[in-house]
Amino acid sequence: MTQNGAYAIQLKNVDVFYGPKLAVSDVSLNIQTRRITAFIGPSGCGKSTVLRSINRMNDLIPGARVQGDVTFQGQNLYAPEVDPVEVRRRIGMVFQKPNPFPKSIYDNVAYGPRLLGVRSKAVLDEIVEKSLKGAYLWDEVRSDLKKSGLALSGGQQQRLCIARTIAVEPEVILMDEPCSALDPIATQAVEDLMKILVKQYTIVIVTHNMQQAQRVSDFTAFFSIRKQEETPGKENRWGVLGEFAETTELFSSPNSEETERYIRGEFG
Amino acid sequence: MQTQLEAGREISRVQSAVAARRAQATLYKRPRPGEDAIRVYLLLCGILSIFTTLGIIFVLGEESLRFFTSGVTNAVEFLTSIKWQPQAGEFGILPLLESTLMTSFMAMLVAIPLGLGSAIYLAEYAPSRVRSTMKPILEVLAGIPTVVYGYFALTFMTPALRGIFGQDAVQIYNTAAAGIVMGIMILPTISSMAEDALSSVPRSLREASYGLGATRFETIVKVVLPAALSGILAAFIIGISRAVGETMIVALAAGAGSNWSFPPNFFVAAETMTGHIARISGGDLSYDSVDYNSLFAIGLMLFFITLGLNLLSQWVSKRFREVYQ
Repeated sequence: MTQNGAYAIQLKNVDVFYGPKLAVSDVSLNIQTRRITAFIGPSGCGKSTVLRSINRMNDLIPGARVQGDVTFQGQNLYAPEVDPVEVRRRIGMVFQKPNPFPKSIYDNVAYGPRLLGVRSKAVLDEIVEKSLKGAYLWDEVRSDLKKSGLALSGGQQQRLCIARTIAVEPEVILMDEPCSALDPIATQAVEDLMKILVKQYTIVIVTHNMQQAQRVSDFTAFFSIRKQEETPGKENRWGVLGEFAETTELFSSPNSEETERYIRGEFG
Repeated sequence: MQTQLEAGREISRVQSAVAARRAQATLYKRPRPGEDAIRVYLLLCGILSIFTTLGIIFVLGEESLRFFTSGVTNAVEFLTSIKWQPQAGEFGILPLLESTLMTSFMAMLVAIPLGLGSAIYLAEYAPSRVRSTMKPILEVLAGIPTVVYGYFALTFMTPALRGIFGQDAVQIYNTAAAGIVMGIMILPTISSMAEDALSSVPRSLREASYGLGATRFETIVKVVLPAALSGILAAFIIGISRAVGETMIVALAAGAGSNWSFPPNFFVAAETMTGHIARISGGDLSYDSVDYNSLFAIGLMLFFITLGLNLLSQWVSKRFREVYQ
């Protein structure tokens, strides 16, 4: 947090509601450009919810509402004149479960560019090749780009989804537990890829895996759960940002006892 | 204290039951008469429906064979002649087939765009409250007896068409009115099946599309519809099958008496295959006459058409299935 102005995204006092229910309360943090920021925390702490508020993915859930400021390059993403479709073009997303379209590998990668109006075969070919190379998948699939994306292995599918995301050249890539459905070898491949991608992109990753956060991220945000007994037997839970620091610092000398207990694996 | 005692007793009861079971336990099968009885009953249900189908095919085939071997007509004439006049010994199915195809075409012209449109609206756009009220209302349409639709065609749709296209152009009985109303009848079937197909496209695919900056419409056209295509096409084919087999509406509103029109004129009376069977078998038809047997030949034709459509639907489901996890 030394270089001021190098923030890709700034969250200020962000609350997220699902209907009347508060899901995440008062999150403020700054995400540095071309760094990997990891969100960790126990299940239900709202780390995915915060991630999805960054590219307005929560808009798709009926009743979801975001309060506070999410600023991307000086622009509030929730300002009324902002088009969520445009936001998602600039802030791409990779999901928990690999979700390639039931189309060919080529069409999966070309999907985004085609939406942007690219029609020329030569240009599309180039984008597809570049994106697949960027996701380190090219050598494995170059001979059968016509094959269905679903015919690939889980790890390859996830790299295909990353290729699809970088094909529209976003500035930020959000990854929602991208390795939780993958085996260790595929996880390794995706992690290696992230370390390369971060030279060009700002990456935010939600992960359940603390080793992963330590291995790949520069900054870590720890989210935790607050509870309140509303009426006996029925409690209200919401997530808050517990601690945010450079990854090495957070894991070596956590500020709070709660963070320490979580990173020691005492609850989750 | 009391409850502890009871719990203790309960535990010892369970333990002794388990012990008793162990004592007599061998790995031999024990008889389960209830399960066997249910299995036999379910098998009988399956056999019954298969035999019913086989029986119908047998009767249709046997009577049709008599028709074709009666000497009055033959299979080639039956399939190629454009005259159906039993009184004159003319048995060409083409006029009946033509009006069946015309009413079915008209029905699909109404049911496919409206059914698919409402399915897309319900599955993709409607807020859950609208959806939960609109779907049952639409399904009520499917519960209306077809005879009511028939009268609706005759007393509302035909006058409406005559109002629009002129009294002289539109006859009282016509295939257009029957077909349009048939389309309304089939609409909920298509809508409901297509909606199921659209709704079963996983949310993860939609999110992938939105995540790449697609609008809602782009997502529907490029991701959701292709992924649901096999289910949607199957819905269309089921709809066509129902239109081909529908009887009451065409019997009431399409007209009595076969009519070959070329090019097809939707505003004149024409009898469909089902309409003809319904009308003739209601009258005093003597058993084993050629007229009587001719109905079975028409029935066999209908059977082949629906069978063909069913096979087509199965093929389509397999061919166009975009397997998503």
